[in-house]
Amino acid sequence: MLTYTTRRALLLGIPVLLLASGVTAGVMMRSVPENLDLALDKATAAGLYRATIAPDAAPIVVGAMQAWTVTVRTPAGAPVKAAKIGINGGMPQHGHGLPTSPQMTADLGGGRYRIEGMKFNMRGWWTLDLAIDGPKGTDTVTFNLML
Amino acid sequence: MRRRAYLIPFILLGAGILAAGLHAASGPAVRWTEEERATIRSLALDDLPPLPAEPSNRLANDPRAAEFGRALFFDTRLSADGRVACATCHNPERQFQDGTPLARGVGVTNRRTMPIAGTAYSPFLFWDGRKDSLWSQALGPLESPVEHGGDRTQYGHIVAEHYRTSYEAVFGPLPNMGHLPPHAGPVADPDATAAWKAMPEADREAVSRVFANIGKAIAAYERTIRPPVTRFDTYASALGSGSDVGILSADEIAGLRLFIGKGACVTCHNGPLLTDNHFHNTGIPAVPGLPEDRGREAGAKLVREDAFNCLGKYSDAGEGDCSELRFMTAQGPELLRAFKTPSMRGVASRPPYMHAGQIGTLAEVVAHYSTAPAAPAGDSEIRPLNLSETELRQLIAFLATLEPRETEGEGPKGSENLPHP
Ligand code: HEC
Ligand code: HEC
Ligand SMILES: [Cu+2]
Repeated sequence: MLTYTTRRALLLGIPVLLLASGVTAGVMMRSVPENLDLALDKATAAGLYRATIAPDAAPIVVGAMQAWTVTVRTPAGAPVKAAKIGINGGMPQHGHGLPTSPQMTADLGGGRYRIEGMKFNMRGWWTLDLAIDGPKGTDTVTFNLML
Repeated sequence: MRRRAYLIPFILLGAGILAAGLHAASGPAVRWTEEERATIRSLALDDLPPLPAEPSNRLANDPRAAEFGRALFFDTRLSADGRVACATCHNPERQFQDGTPLARGVGVTNRRTMPIAGTAYSPFLFWDGRKDSLWSQALGPLESPVEHGGDRTQYGHIVAEHYRTSYEAVFGPLPNMGHLPPHAGPVADPDATAAWKAMPEADREAVSRVFANIGKAIAAYERTIRPPVTRFDTYASALGSGSDVGILSADEIAGLRLFIGKGACVTCHNGPLLTDNHFHNTGIPAVPGLPEDRGREAGAKLVREDAFNCLGKYSDAGEGDCSELRFMTAQGPELLRAFKTPSMRGVASRPPYMHAGQIGTLAEVVAHYSTAPAAPAGDSEIRPLNLSETELRQLIAFLATLEPRETEGEGPKGSENLPHP
């Protein structure tokens, strides 16, 4: 629970201490899984790669267009070059997808890729699904975000 | 209402009123968690960021363009019958809308007039978002056969005759249009369309540029129309400082709690304008007799094909701009009958509601959210809230706190900072 609130606070720029009283939420938010994995650095589903995601500007402002950087490495930590990344996602509790259609727009080198057109139009639990097509094949990874 | 209630808590409690006005420390009724406080403050007008940059309109922030645009906004000569201006439907005395289910110009529209304050923050305009800037939006009604009903050369001639100085001061020399037909343009009227097709490409291009500039001037004016400060804003700003006491009644505070809590209204009606500026299917019934309305599904395609969009040749945007259009979601089941989330500011005093005025009163609106009927097409995103009579009343009470502060009760003005002519 601490990581949960902390991360949420970091993403939204709310002072962490203020959140210590806990999370109050509307009906739609009650079914967020316990121990939701909020790691922003993860192995892909089949273990082909390791991916890290980071917004270019923090904190995340709800409703603003953003660019993110995705870093792709091998499980051993070497940068994965010339990958193609597809982005999907949405709010599982609300049953809708992302409000926009983000795309990978640049290979920044060193296993880093630029994702543009990311937007979150409301607070709550979001998932971000990446499909990474690299030299070892295609693998997917899902990140959870609490805004 | 503005009495310093905390000085006389026992009297107030005894009277059974304003109990919720007590400070959190002295009564349980207004205990907000810090997160709730943050949510409430995120809805306050204080939190509205500066106007977003508008790279597709290089005159967006030019006061001379705004002044010219304001004149155009109120000018009924810009119509087929000399009787319709933007202000005919977007009446500044009524929050820049008209209070009717369907708008009346030269004919009758298929949708309800939208208020204008704060639309500069919206990446897409119209209920279906078929325009991606205020300037491009303004061109729509000018050519619509049921709104202004005019055409491009007509508007060009009017500018040359009545607004030459204002136009040339901001946009540079007007092209020579003296030889062009009085009525020509890609509009519903077949004669005007034929005349337009007969014009050389260079003339069409020059007239279209004047037409786009009319839109850019109007947009510069619309950018100055800000939503007025409300009683809710006073409460939200005061929250936590101890001076929030007595600004809102117990019912209004309970309604606010529902709005950001159990009712989950704030998921879509979020931020200082109380809209996410996105599109949602909320199961609003179709209007019998009107053509099928597919909402965002149609709007997304139209904006992508629009010659006056951010990526088009009349746009001033550069490389890397237009991210809203470039990364727009243009297909998917969620778009069907999804409509733009309206702002909640001033909502209580501008019935009827929804994209074609389907719902007459706020009582019926909250009842709609309570029962959440199935959508006539596509899937509604809302789920039944099953609110009690008390909760319904409280939600309505809260919405009424979003009325302009000074004019509350006597019909709000839409704009604070611009006199209307
Ligand atoms: C006949 C009435 C009428 C006239 C005249 C009219 N409008 Fe509108 N306006 C409407 C209606 C109806 C809508 C919603 C239409 C839709 O979604 O299809 C609308 C929508 C808008 C919006 C979108 C707001 C938002 O939140 O997306 C803006 C901005 C606007 N009008 C500005 C103008 C301007 C500028 C003019 C003059 C050039 C104008 N209108 C003329 C009726 C009118
Ligand atoms: C899923 C997003 C969503 C949620 C949640 C939501 N709304 Fe809305 N609201 C909308 C949209 C979209 C419209 C316009 C729908 C249309 O015209 O088809 C709307 C319209 C309205 C209107 C009419 C405004 C106007 O100008 O026509 C009111 C009032 C309103 N909502 C209040 C509420 C309240 C109160 C709640 C919570 C009980 C709520 N909304 C929850 C998206 C939402
Ligand atoms: Cu959602």
